[in-house]
Amino acid sequence: MDSHALLAELPRLRRYARALVGERSVADDLVQDTLERAWARHGQWRADGELRTWLFAIMHNLRMDQLRKPRLECVPLDEDVAEVPVRASQSDGMELADLAAALAQLPEEQRAVLLLVTLEDMRYADVASTLGIAVGTVMSRLSRGRERLRQILAGEAPSPHLRVVR
Amino acid sequence: MNASPVTDADMHAFLDGELSPQRGAEVRAWLAAHPEAARRLEAYRAQRSALHGLFDPVLDEPLPEPLVQAGMPPPATRRGWPWPQLAAGVLLASIGAAGGWFARDLQIETGALARAVPLPHQAAVAHVVFSPDVRRPVEISAEHEAQLVTWLSKRLGTAVHPPRLGSLGFELIGGRLLPGNSGPVAQFMYHDVSGQRLTLYVSTENLGRRDTAFRFAQEGPVNVFYWIDGQFGYALSAGIPKDQLARVATAVYEQLESR
Repeated sequence: MDSHALLAELPRLRRYARALVGERSVADDLVQDTLERAWARHGQWRADGELRTWLFAIMHNLRMDQLRKPRLECVPLDEDVAEVPVRASQSDGMELADLAAALAQLPEEQRAVLLLVTLEDMRYADVASTLGIAVGTVMSRLSRGRERLRQILAGEAPSPHLRVVR
Repeated sequence: MNASPVTDADMHAFLDGELSPQRGAEVRAWLAAHPEAARRLEAYRAQRSALHGLFDPVLDEPLPEPLVQAGMPPPATRRGWPWPQLAAGVLLASIGAAGGWFARDLQIETGALARAVPLPHQAAVAHVVFSPDVRRPVEISAEHEAQLVTWLSKRLGTAVHPPRLGSLGFELIGGRLLPGNSGPVAQFMYHDVSGQRLTLYVSTENLGRRDTAFRFAQEGPVNVFYWIDGQFGYALSAGIPKDQLARVATAVYEQLESR
């Protein structure tokens, strides 16, 4: 593993981290931890493997470690129960600030898949190995994530209080 | 057309280019007949370009310096388990402080010290550090031999006795406790009438190994005979000729065996 190849991945690692966690300083800390762990474990990297996928997997594992630690500001979001007030948006609904807010409302597991597929253009199989989940799980999280994001941006976010058993 | 029904998963896979050309064509045809699904798909497509619009500027930001630093290979000392290197550093520092000019002749290879320090090397360094000390070469002198034996035996967790080397012209000066690779080791020091000093280094760190062959090592000006007997590792160090040291080593070995 050479530092040139690693540095070449830095912008994309930062972009993904920013989109995943939102706040710039938190995102850059995550990237820094990722680089440090990559060097600490560079013996585990197979030269025939894709460096990017390996780095994203390291970042994912670090992020999971972070989320497992109980923190006061961390509220578990159950996608079916979570009720987040959403400002009614216009029909075009793609203001960037709205998008960032809407993205933040997705459960992280859906957000991660959505970002790896749409922002990173990763194949489903690569997303699966990066996140350590089955391809079928990638597809179901992607489907739910995209649809929920669409609903939030369209002002159609489902509210549990309005859900009626038919 | 006899295509299988288009599922939600097909729509996403279509959007992400994961479908075969044939299945892609089927989905495209299906979408033409299902405008509501097509609109939903367009919304998903718009998400992709909007996400790029929102986050692609990050790609062009100047990289923060701490991240560039973290992308560089860390210095060797930061990698891996630091303790063996620390131990080696302490030994080297000890030589520098106490060994003086004597130690300069020692060819210390830091590579060899990166892991557990080999027995003859440990012994030679301990010899170089303590044997030139005129005033305090030992912690407990031979006048209090019983106390020395009790103390060292207790600290090493097993009985250790200094061999008698008077028949070879070496008298016990005393002994001390030292740190080994993972725990305490003992050093006994002797001298002859000319003031020539000789040290016997006793380690109990050789768990599970059994190697009773004599080995010889030369560490700069110090000759070392060493052997491993069960859990014990012994190393006899002195700046005397190899054949003379061999006679002492044989005597030590015989006394230990007959015990």
